[in-house]
Amino acid sequence: MRAKDLLGQHGEALAAEFLETQGMRIIDRNWRCTDGEIDIVALEGDILVVAEVKTRRSLDYGHPFEAVGPAKLARLHRLASSWCRAHEVRALRRRVDVVGVVDDGIGQPLLEHLRGVG
Amino acid sequence: MGVGRSYCVALVGLNGYIVEVEADIGQTLPSFVILGLPDAALNEAKERIRSAAQNSGIPLSRRKITANLIPASLPKRGSGFDLAITMAVLCAANDVRSIGRTVFMAELGLDGRLRPVRGILPAVMAAVQAGFPDIVVAEANAAEASLVPGAKVHGYKTLARLAYDFGADPKDLVLDYEPSETDTAEDDDTTGFPEPDLCDVSGQGEARRALEVAAAGGHHMLLTGPPGAGKTMLAERLPGLLPDLADTAAMEVTAIHSLAAIQSSAARLIRRPPFENPHHSATAAAIIGGGSGLPRPGAASRAHRGVLFLDEAPEYERRVLDALRQPLESGELVIHRSAGTAAYPARFQLVLAANPCPCGKATGKGTDCTCTAMMRRRYFGRISGPLLDRVDIQLQVERVSLADFGSASQEEDTATVADRVLAARSRQLERFAPFGLEANSQVPGRVLRGELKLPPGTTRVLDIALERGALTARGYDRVLRLAWTLADLDQTDRPDINHIGQGLGLRQAASAA
Repeated sequence: MRAKDLLGQHGEALAAEFLETQGMRIIDRNWRCTDGEIDIVALEGDILVVAEVKTRRSLDYGHPFEAVGPAKLARLHRLASSWCRAHEVRALRRRVDVVGVVDDGIGQPLLEHLRGVG
Repeated sequence: MGVGRSYCVALVGLNGYIVEVEADIGQTLPSFVILGLPDAALNEAKERIRSAAQNSGIPLSRRKITANLIPASLPKRGSGFDLAITMAVLCAANDVRSIGRTVFMAELGLDGRLRPVRGILPAVMAAVQAGFPDIVVAEANAAEASLVPGAKVHGYKTLARLAYDFGADPKDLVLDYEPSETDTAEDDDTTGFPEPDLCDVSGQGEARRALEVAAAGGHHMLLTGPPGAGKTMLAERLPGLLPDLADTAAMEVTAIHSLAAIQSSAARLIRRPPFENPHHSATAAAIIGGGSGLPRPGAASRAHRGVLFLDEAPEYERRVLDALRQPLESGELVIHRSAGTAAYPARFQLVLAANPCPCGKATGKGTDCTCTAMMRRRYFGRISGPLLDRVDIQLQVERVSLADFGSASQEEDTATVADRVLAARSRQLERFAPFGLEANSQVPGRVLRGELKLPPGTTRVLDIALERGALTARGYDRVLRLAWTLADLDQTDRPDINHIGQGLGLRQAASAA
């Protein structure tokens, strides 16, 4: 279990760095509530971005994006609302992004970023 | 990334329509959607395409793929769209170069193999007609597709090979190919077993003559006679007497059989007239064509330009027999179903066979027959008057006598009779060229009593029969048609009184029963 968690943490760190280079301001990481966890909360201008990071060592078991199904998307939207309530933020425009990280530990990690996945 | 485009053909009956396939790759989570009235088999294409592309070394984009089949209102079915969708998607992802006006028609195997589909011939005909001569099909369909004049057909074994030719990066492609079981199956001759020969029939001089007349003029036929008299044997020998199909007819027949075939792909045109012999338990849908969604051709259409033989005709449901009246008149079947309307050609020669009564023994004196008059009447009553009215030749076939049975060897064979039939047919073609007709059986009464009017002296027998009410007006025309065929077989320019008499005999032989 440790290996997979380490990989996830590593991926999230890479993703956070990447999002910052894209001009986003990271305001929270690994925020948890009873409903689940948000990997990254960031601001792009006045838009609140809730980002889900998926990390894989290889494509043998599918692309990281394929692991984000409709159920997970719905939960991310719920979590975004929960985060806003918990931090007493409102009237923000919200968006859910997904960052896919493929890192085999040898070559350059491959990052892909999908904005506003619905 | 963007929009890719390719072309395919959707078949509605035998009519093909060019379908434009658009594929778009959207910047969002992975999914695959096919729009434009796909049926279940076509929706399964998503999974086939994903696997085939993966196993060919050109995996599909990990984004949202939307494939749109235009026009969206046209119902599309089957697996033949697999390849066109794949190429459009690969084009959208810039994995292959732009496709232009090439039409793709093949099913994909999970390993990236191209598999043959049904109805390639009519589809390619439609594509060429619509101005899309470049066609890519599975290797196994290439011979059939090439039958269409003007088609530039490219047969491929695998998706990888095809992608390579369309400029895909060869370093990722899986180009080696393992032949499958079905590849190695011999491409058997589509003509199948030889047609049965007329010299196998012993005796039955009158019936042979009637068969010859039927073949020469394209007349429909009813054979009545006791079991074992050789009705089936005679009927099976009719297609052998018919001349080879001309180019357009051969194309029509091959197209229908391409659509109706479950698996095999035609390697050449069907040149011999087909013979269809459905069992009498057949439903109207089996004979006429039908099925859910878009209707498929039935036995009547498969017998187009050939012979439809209904053995034990009174055992068929009356509904089924009467459904044949429309194609007998128009030579076409138009079938309506939920997903659309299909028109299939059905210009067949009908041969009906029946026992004289339910027990089959009412022949000669009929002393062995156990049927009541009522039973007999009901038995024949199932073949309705309007249907029988369209049958020119109504012949009584008697049991073979011992004398005929012994001397089987001197009978004429199919080739000899077929030569006479061919000569008679060419006379008819020549005569009817200005009318746009082909055979005596198709001549309308207007022409028979107009341009082809015979002198009153010749037709006197008929005129009297008509006056007495022994012959209907339609029956009158039928006898004239038979007389013309008899004259053609005798190589004379017009029928004489003798031909009229023979024609009357062929028509009335059965009604004596």
